[in-house]
Amino acid sequence: MTVESLSIVEAILSSAVSAGTIYLIASVGECITERAGVINLGLEGIMAMGAITSFLLTLAYGHLVAIIGAALVGAVFGLLHALLSVSLRLNQIVVGLAITWLGLGLSGFMGAPEVARGLLKALNPSVPEYLAELKQAPRLPEMRMEPLSDVPLLGRTLFSQNALVYFGLASALVLWFILFKTRWGLSLRSVGENPALADTAGINIFAIRYLAVIVGSSLAGVAGAYLFIGYQPFWVEDLTRSRGFIALSLVILSSWSPLRAIAASFLFGGVETLQFRIPLRGFGAETPQLVMMLPYIITIVTLILISLASRGRIPAPAALGKPYSREE
Amino acid sequence: MEPMTEGLLQNLSPSPSPIPKIEMRGIVKRFPGVLANDNVDFTIYVGEVHALLGENGAGKTTLMNILYGIYTPDAGVIRINGSPVRLRSPRDAIKLGIGMVHQDFRLIEAHTVTENVFLNFDGLGFIPKWSALESRLEEIAANYGWRLNPRARVGDLSPGEKQQVELLKLLVRGADILLLDEPTSVLTPIETKMLFKTMRRMAEEGKSIVLITHKLSEAMSVSDRVTVMRRGRVVLSKPTREATVEELSTAMVGTQIANSLGQEQAGTRSADSAPVLRVSGLSVIGDEGVLAVRDVDLSVNRGEIVGVAGVSGNGQIELVEAIVGLRKPLRGRIVLNGVDVTGASPRKLMELGLTYIPPEGKKWGIVQELSIYENIALRIARYEPYSRMGVINWRRIMEVSEKVVSEFKVDTASIKARASSLSGGNVQRLILGRELTTSKPSLLVAAYPTKGLDIAATDHVKRILMRLRAENVGVLMLSEDLDEILELSDRIVVMYAGRVVGVVRRSEATPELLGLMMSRGVGAGASP
Ligand SMILES: Nc1ncnc2c1ncn2[C@@H]1O[C@H](COP(=O)(O)OP(=O)(O)OP(=O)(O)O)[C@@H](O)[C@H]1O
Ligand SMILES: [Mg+2]
Repeated sequence: MTVESLSIVEAILSSAVSAGTIYLIASVGECITERAGVINLGLEGIMAMGAITSFLLTLAYGHLVAIIGAALVGAVFGLLHALLSVSLRLNQIVVGLAITWLGLGLSGFMGAPEVARGLLKALNPSVPEYLAELKQAPRLPEMRMEPLSDVPLLGRTLFSQNALVYFGLASALVLWFILFKTRWGLSLRSVGENPALADTAGINIFAIRYLAVIVGSSLAGVAGAYLFIGYQPFWVEDLTRSRGFIALSLVILSSWSPLRAIAASFLFGGVETLQFRIPLRGFGAETPQLVMMLPYIITIVTLILISLASRGRIPAPAALGKPYSREE
Repeated sequence: MEPMTEGLLQNLSPSPSPIPKIEMRGIVKRFPGVLANDNVDFTIYVGEVHALLGENGAGKTTLMNILYGIYTPDAGVIRINGSPVRLRSPRDAIKLGIGMVHQDFRLIEAHTVTENVFLNFDGLGFIPKWSALESRLEEIAANYGWRLNPRARVGDLSPGEKQQVELLKLLVRGADILLLDEPTSVLTPIETKMLFKTMRRMAEEGKSIVLITHKLSEAMSVSDRVTVMRRGRVVLSKPTREATVEELSTAMVGTQIANSLGQEQAGTRSADSAPVLRVSGLSVIGDEGVLAVRDVDLSVNRGEIVGVAGVSGNGQIELVEAIVGLRKPLRGRIVLNGVDVTGASPRKLMELGLTYIPPEGKKWGIVQELSIYENIALRIARYEPYSRMGVINWRRIMEVSEKVVSEFKVDTASIKARASSLSGGNVQRLILGRELTTSKPSLLVAAYPTKGLDIAATDHVKRILMRLRAENVGVLMLSEDLDEILELSDRIVVMYAGRVVGVVRRSEATPELLGLMMSRGVGAGASP
């Protein structure tokens, strides 16, 4: 390989990782939520809320506060979801979609120039208000992990990224460990498989489902923050562009395992980056829509292939989407 | 009360006097319209296997559910080791050393044996030492002579092994009172033998075991003490060695039941009459994606009962599912009444004269949330006169439902009751009643039709099958009960590893021969 082609590969892989991290953080969280038996179709809206929160808070107080704030906003939306779907046992699909519309609408409103300006002023009066109207915020700085970042290929791909990329990888590893190796994880998975049985075994179904939805939603909030300050720090309406829904399907693709979610997310991040590179080579110049559809087509095809390979027996948590009530 | 005098007699006898472990006194439990337990006294002694017998709906499960803290009794007291206790939930019962294995398994199929056993186990630690736990399970399993891999996924286990997992759950929590609700109804004869060995060993270790069963032979062979319930009351309780089979069956049913069905048996019917079902070269893929049925040839004639024998998991279910249209065959042909129906839908088959009694009626045969008459409507509402131009005639359906319930003796307060309130045996009666009252089949395919039924209901089902045979219907029957197969079948098809390893005429069949074919796959040489 020549030095030049190596650096092209490096560039592609590295942007696969930075695009994939959006999906990684969100789908790792959703793995946890779904393993407890709740499906959160609100990811899209929560990501949008995370993004707008990180925009305003970065301007007001900087990156750290922005990330924590996005997580908290996600948690509040998760609490709302759990309240409706776990306690009131409303249909999870309906609740999730409602949260998506709420999040998309609210974030769009908050991002409108006059509103954003007002919000920024309220958050921190010492910051010049006009910054909000520029719709930009400083990007998260690259954090080189010396000496790992000097390793060829991997160094630039994995170890010369910003802090949230490392956070995404770490949360995948940690949550995988918790899910499959600890007592909590066993209880959580049991709630998603057979809540009635978990209940008689003395497990607090409601506590676990609340926690799982809130953790998953906070991570969706962080994914939104990453999308903005870590990936594309320029505010536009519909910044998320269905990425929440893609994260949802990547959970199936990774068969509900946070570890496999790493592979699925980066793979998908790669496909998405290629979509931007293909037109550069001239192909599809007249029909950009075709190329834009590529990631979605690939998702659908992979889902079909996976379900064929497992003969329709995708190991989804058996109680996924089913509200639990105690009465017999 | 009878148990009291029994206790006194025991004290006078030279054998070591039994120590009461659990005493239930004057237990009353009422459900809407049913008195499930009517002033029941029940005593379990230390180190005994106690058989609890009774017809469907006698109140056995209810009594055990009370002891396990699932139901609270309306009246009565429970004493453990002499002191009164209050059981508000299974958690309370487990703390007092009581464990129950339910009629249906309560396991998480996607999880491993170890994960199932130690789910929410006290003192597990945040990061459990899984390998230590696994070796602990291996130890217990070895103690009882089980071959059980703690790392196996429960969904991949046989019913016998799943039962061992249920027992492990109780054992690791230190249960010394084990309540087993019809544990043998899902087991093969070999697995049953194994379970009985385990139970005897547990009794030797000082544990007390309650075995609910419908089979008198099981009670006689494994128990130390036997109690019979009828219509919510205890009608007999005594040491097994002092009881006779006749006495027990009379106590269960209330009257003597005719023991011989023999006179009605045909078996001599001409075998060359037109086959109603002909299966040739049939191969079917099972859930695991491997061939479950391999190149099977089989026929059922009019007026003939063909029994399919085999250890469970040898392709019987997949074979039947392919015949009734629930599973697409990979290769081969299925011909019903001369029509090629390979791959036809269940509805088409139904209309061509096939009736199917599914296994595990509670799961596959009814919708638990619906009422009895709605369950019946599901089957017939499509046809005249039960509906006209898509509008259901509920009055007709109610009428036929009343008929099903009374003719098949479904024990329920009303046809408007939810199907989930029926006891296990009554569900089976409802399904049979529905299928046979509402259709005139030329072929009946019955998968384990007597599983979980009491003597009277089993007897009833057998009579129905024989009546159908007399009416020139062909019957294909799955059963794990060799005696039943021998009693009813004109021909017996033995399956092993997905293949038909032999077809035996009833006159030539013996339990030994069938057992050998079932366990080793040794053919009898007869051609299909
Ligand atoms: N949860 C319930 N609600 C209403 N009725 C019930 C309920 N559980 C049981 N019953 C009724 O109480 C009676 C006793 O039922 P139980 O399940 O104890 O019988 P069983 O002896 O275990 O019978 P089987 O051998 O068929 O399992 C039956 O008439 C049944 O319909
Ligand atoms: Mg019962």
